[in-house]
Amino acid sequence: MRITQGAFSFLPDLTDEQIASQAQYCIDNGWAVSLEFTDDPHPRNTYWEMWGHPMFDNPDAAALVMELKECRKVYGDRYIRLVAFDASHGWESVKLSFIVNRPTDEPGFRLARQEGRGRLVRYTTTPYATDRAAGSRYGA
Amino acid sequence: MAAAEALIETTELPATVDLRAEFETSGVKDVLEELDRELIGLAPVKRRIRETAALLLVERARRSMGLAHETPTLHMSFTGNPGTGKTTVALRMANLLHRLGYIRKGHLVSVTRDDLVGQYIGHTAPKTKEILKKAMGGVLFIDEAYYLYRPENERDYGQESIEILLQVMENQRDDLVVILAGYSDRMDRFFESNPGFRSRIAHHIDFPDYNDDELFRIAETMLARQNYQLDQDGGKALVDYIAKRRTQPHFANARSIRNALDRARLRQANRLFEHSTGALDAHALSTIAAEDIRASRVFTAPAFPVQGT
Repeated sequence: MRITQGAFSFLPDLTDEQIASQAQYCIDNGWAVSLEFTDDPHPRNTYWEMWGHPMFDNPDAAALVMELKECRKVYGDRYIRLVAFDASHGWESVKLSFIVNRPTDEPGFRLARQEGRGRLVRYTTTPYATDRAAGSRYGA
Repeated sequence: MAAAEALIETTELPATVDLRAEFETSGVKDVLEELDRELIGLAPVKRRIRETAALLLVERARRSMGLAHETPTLHMSFTGNPGTGKTTVALRMANLLHRLGYIRKGHLVSVTRDDLVGQYIGHTAPKTKEILKKAMGGVLFIDEAYYLYRPENERDYGQESIEILLQVMENQRDDLVVILAGYSDRMDRFFESNPGFRSRIAHHIDFPDYNDDELFRIAETMLARQNYQLDQDGGKALVDYIAKRRTQPHFANARSIRNALDRARLRQANRLFEHSTGALDAHALSTIAAEDIRASRVFTAPAFPVQGT
């Protein structure tokens, strides 16, 4: 099941040139781009691991693509996303984020139903990937 | 259908190209003219830059006509004595390459060894990469590049930095241009011990020293930019100063002149402050007189001081 989180996730995967021009758009707007990766695709898993620092003073997107290639070498079997952070006063938050790398096989989510008192049912989703220990998911 | 496609193909690629028009519309002409106008002397440097610009223009024309092309290696080394305008030219170079479309942003990141090499194990690689990332889309100018390599210390982290630089210079030629700068003899030795650098740098440009007349013209433009002028005796004093300063140690061409002018302004301010009695007009405030220059210790020091004094 293809994970759809962040922008562009219903489109086919972006090519590196498309990623570079999106990153350039972010940089030209004064946002700091950075990369984050994870192997836990749960939608509530907000805080992914950072790959390096946010690039506050790199004027060109080639720097991000270089880092992305480095990151793929190490964590190519995980999800990697680009995060564009707007540091300007009053915003200080992420303006754009999209997935730039995903595992070849995305097993999807298990839906668990918990039956409570009365006829109450609580629903929980769990990624099948997290059945295995962190670091050894996605066939690594 | 096939015919229509063929038609589209041929209309997309121009059959001829007007280099002269390209030269004028791309803004290269402006950059070169600016270079001629604002940089005094440096004839061989200007010639090399013009040649490089011609090569790039032809490359671009070839690309637009669909001919086989390969991004030319644009990494350069600037060698020359201190104060001969290496940094200034590097800045112009960034602008030129930007207008020709060979770099995307056209900014110049000027660094020295301290910015690239770390202080402990594992510090160098991220530091060098950080600088390289900052320079992407522009020009990375490494001043006094020979300090990167310290043969006397084999554990020096400079070597690590050199390896990363070489790798990026080779693999990401489209993303940034590296310019190494330094004194001629030491750069030669640096290239001898790092053959990888030599082969990756296509353009070696040597900056000649300025002659006395050029230095005087440089001084005049520097003063004009700050709204100062020399009176007639002041001009003569400056000519004498330049001739004398050249024979003394630590002569750094235009940089020495700039420092001399800064000190002359200081003396002029002092002179006005101590001796003026009434109101001063703009002319008095912006004129450097002979005494402001002749007070320099260049005129009193021996031409060849004894070593160790």
